Amino acid sequence: MTSYVLGRLFALLLTTLAASLIVFLLMQILPGDPAAVMLGVNAQPETLAALRTKLGLDQPLWTRYLDWIGGFPFGDFGVSHTYSTPISQLLAPRIMVTLPLALLSMAISVGVALPVGVYAASRRGKPGDFLSMGAAQIGVAIPNFWLGLLLILFFALHLRWLPASGFAGWEDGLWRGLRSLILPALALGLPLAAILARVTRSAVIEALGEDFIRTARAKGLTSRAALWRHATPNALIPVATIVGMQFSFLLAGTIIIENVFNLPGVGRLIFQSIAQRDLVTVQSLVTLLAACVIFVNFLVDLAYGWLDPRLAAGGGR
Amino acid sequence: MTLEEEISAPQRGRGLLRAIFRSRNLTIGLFVLLLAIGMAVVSEFWTPYPPNALRIRDKLQGPSLAHWFGTDHFGRDVFSMIMAGARNSLEVALTAVAVGIGIGVPLGALAAARGGWIDGFVMRLTDLAFAFPALLTAVIVTAIFGPSAVNAMIAIGIFNIPVFARVTRGAAMGLWKRDYVLAARCAGLGDAAITWRHILPNVNHVLIVQATIQFALAVVAEAGLSYVGLGAQPPQASWGKMLSDSQTYIYSAAHLAIFPGLAITITVLGLNLLGDGLRDLLDPRVRRQR
Amino acid sequence: MQRIFASSLAGAILLASAGGAFAKDTLTAGEVLEPPGLDPTANAASAIRRVTYANLYEGLVRVAEDGSVRPALAESWAWSPEDLAYTFKLREGVKFHDGAPFDCSVVKFSYERAVAPESVNAQKGLFEPIESTECPDPLTAVVKLKRVAPNFLFGMGWGDAVMISPASAETNKTNPVGTGPFRFKRWVQGDRVELERNPEYWGEPARLSAVTFKFISDPSAAAAAVLSGEVDYFGQFEAAELLDRLRADPNLHVEVGSTTGKVMMSLNNARAPFSDVRVRRALAHAIDRPSFVEAVASGYGLPIGAHQTPAEPGYVDLSETYPYDPDKARALLDEAGVKPGTRFSIVLPPPAYARRGGEVIAAYLAEVGLQVELVPMEFAQWLDQVFARTDYDATIIAHTEARDLDVYARDFYYYNYVSPEYKELYQKYAGTVDDEARLELLGELQRKLAEDEPNVYLYALPKISVWNKNLQGVWRNLPLPVNDLTKVHWAE
Repeated sequence: MTSYVLGRLFALLLTTLAASLIVFLLMQILPGDPAAVMLGVNAQPETLAALRTKLGLDQPLWTRYLDWIGGFPFGDFGVSHTYSTPISQLLAPRIMVTLPLALLSMAISVGVALPVGVYAASRRGKPGDFLSMGAAQIGVAIPNFWLGLLLILFFALHLRWLPASGFAGWEDGLWRGLRSLILPALALGLPLAAILARVTRSAVIEALGEDFIRTARAKGLTSRAALWRHATPNALIPVATIVGMQFSFLLAGTIIIENVFNLPGVGRLIFQSIAQRDLVTVQSLVTLLAACVIFVNFLVDLAYGWLDPRLAAGGGR
Repeated sequence: MTLEEEISAPQRGRGLLRAIFRSRNLTIGLFVLLLAIGMAVVSEFWTPYPPNALRIRDKLQGPSLAHWFGTDHFGRDVFSMIMAGARNSLEVALTAVAVGIGIGVPLGALAAARGGWIDGFVMRLTDLAFAFPALLTAVIVTAIFGPSAVNAMIAIGIFNIPVFARVTRGAAMGLWKRDYVLAARCAGLGDAAITWRHILPNVNHVLIVQATIQFALAVVAEAGLSYVGLGAQPPQASWGKMLSDSQTYIYSAAHLAIFPGLAITITVLGLNLLGDGLRDLLDPRVRRQR
Repeated sequence: MQRIFASSLAGAILLASAGGAFAKDTLTAGEVLEPPGLDPTANAASAIRRVTYANLYEGLVRVAEDGSVRPALAESWAWSPEDLAYTFKLREGVKFHDGAPFDCSVVKFSYERAVAPESVNAQKGLFEPIESTECPDPLTAVVKLKRVAPNFLFGMGWGDAVMISPASAETNKTNPVGTGPFRFKRWVQGDRVELERNPEYWGEPARLSAVTFKFISDPSAAAAAVLSGEVDYFGQFEAAELLDRLRADPNLHVEVGSTTGKVMMSLNNARAPFSDVRVRRALAHAIDRPSFVEAVASGYGLPIGAHQTPAEPGYVDLSETYPYDPDKARALLDEAGVKPGTRFSIVLPPPAYARRGGEVIAAYLAEVGLQVELVPMEFAQWLDQVFARTDYDATIIAHTEARDLDVYARDFYYYNYVSPEYKELYQKYAGTVDDEARLELLGELQRKLAEDEPNVYLYALPKISVWNKNLQGVWRNLPLPVNDLTKVHWAE
């Protein structure tokens, strides 16, 4: 098991490196000159050249790549051209928006999906099943950015319960910050909940059909106990996989939602950095994001093995 | 005739039609898809108003008999734009899925046929592709090549490649151990010939279901890209662009935010239902569970 | 006596209750764009000036709301035509926020730094006329010019020409140190910049104790922030379509003032068919400017006919030179041999006036038989492809610099407009000192542009600002893209 994990970790490292190289090379073919963006329309050629030297843009490609990636193990992601601030410093407050948003959406997704899914499974074929799964079908189909607009229309503009957009910050207390994350988290989380509810339902139904539960039922186990004590725990394996996949989706899915709600998160920073040709920032953020996704996928694999020892014995997937 | 084909044989022909109408999912899904295709095709010849014609005097009108879905900030007829937008959505999504199938299926089939390091390499490639969130890939691709419908197709298509590669590989892997494949090999058929004659026909049903799902996802992705301004460009009407245009008018003209969103949701809903229905129809294992 | 007491008591209570709302002496100002760094001498972004100009940094002179040049760190100055030199008398006892003294050595340092070969000043051209900067004594600066340059003083009032202390020059980008009435407190990247009153300011101290610039790029979010009172003042509100909603709020004041921003469709004059003046005139005739402004900016914006706005000196109204006339446009195109169905592309940078404006222009041009392809482009690429390499047909852009008629006289500018007559006229203007003659020449320059129509001039960008009714001392017009808050205060 340990050697398996170590091997996977090594592969993970290689994949991350490959990802960083791809991102770096992509950034090199991005049209537009960072120095020109900073100096605007009245810049003179020698001024541009001076700035390029200052930014290190005149160095050869591989030196720049090694310089940049060499800092990663030490938490040095480079210095943003636009802000002249270390990217790690830039990132810290953004993560404090994006991560809580992702976690809150995840909580909404799981919190809604599990009860609904199990309920639907227990009512299989009855009106309750039909209604909740019908709602889930619609939920899956709603694009999250449109749901975001609808939520703004209803809860912010019509009822005036919650702010329409922007982020109040964490300094003025947890609630003020949280308030501005509720609508975006709902917009992100509800469509995911719809997917997860459907997965939960079919996983529970499948588990209910397993031989050991049929045997237990034959021996007099109540249907409620069969559902909650046996079928649901068994259904957790596929559900956990989807949750893991959703989390990596969420890390990026926040990009559009951060735009809809004008939240100063990681996604908006990436967007803005692309527009301003702040290449080092884009490179570092995208690479970090990819590393996160790779790592979460790895964790999902591990959880898979842990929840279902049969699979781990076989050496993973 | 293979085992799989024998199982699905009774559903061919008239049986298939009956199966379609018996499944509510399939009926609704097909209906919605045909509706979207119909709107797209008709919009080429006729829309109630020209979708690009500005009538600034008539701007920001609510829904009425003259303008069913109202008019936008340039006085364009929203219903006409939704019709024209259907074409854009379907076109982009269809191409993106085709790109995914065209490159992903051969890759997956190759991995399954050869196994070993080739398989490992292809799988690591897909791992790598999955490490980049789809939207992020699309944002970077369109930043490099410029925002346009074509580049949106490519960007979404790129993300479809690993999906189809994995699905194909997963479904094909088991088939290679089947007796009839071994028999074909003994008869002297090469990997390519076996894949073409025996493997692909038997992973068809999985691919069709996956294609429907990816098609729905591509419609959403296209709308998302257009929403952030990286998809289709005016004068081509696009549902996502309509939504982003609507945002600053949300205080005064909420109808602008409603109809394009409904169009996307209904289309995606229809495609998802179609996918579910097809899976029930084509995949015997799932059918048993439901 | 008793009654007087009672009434004054009532007054006191009134004051006290009002005090909750009026004792405020801080301001939250909304801004669309976050500045990339806080050093106006190293980056062209106007967002930097909008935060720092006059508030944090000061130059020898400054530009006032009416566009006039006023004393700042220089008390007074004298122009000596025979020496071609300005002699500035500097203020005494001025200190930078970090305690460093201000004297002539700082002037010498700032100006020499701006013209040095390794300078990254975005407006290096402003300093180009400088021959030398000398310090006969610490409080006198003598700036010798290479030639007569009547616009030089105005340029020294720009944000790019502020005084920079040698000690903090390298760190101003993240920790700005100036001489202004406010000093830097902190910058929460992606969200806001906080300034506080400089207690050691040389002049009349600021009435606000603190100013927070909050960055809200999304127009509907900006409107929400103003409506909720989270933001007291929004200096450059971009979504005119939301103004009705803001006007309806009794606590808010909406002001539509002037800027020096000129929205235009720039044409590549070196490329066919735009090399033909008839085609350029046809394009001008094909667009209904008032309707264009209505569609793009909900009617907020004044149609213009040349590269000048009413906010700049010597403005001449030429907006009716090419009235909307599609038939005439078609005739002119036909005369120039441009066939119906001719295609060209318009590059659109991100601002709404460009993206929306492109859609509107495409529709107008379709009516006269021209097929337009719209190419949206980020500003980075625009600078490279359109501005630097002039690889474009047409583009929509706002030129926000004030008094920039010189661009048409340059050897190279991205319009590729070549006119020896204009150049000669401009040189005559640049060398003229007499004010009346200068205004006359400005008018001629504009008329020449309207006649040649190198670009299709669309409208003057308004300064739409929104503020709390109790706020006073806010600039209504913008002679420069800045945001001077030094005189702002709450009503007593």
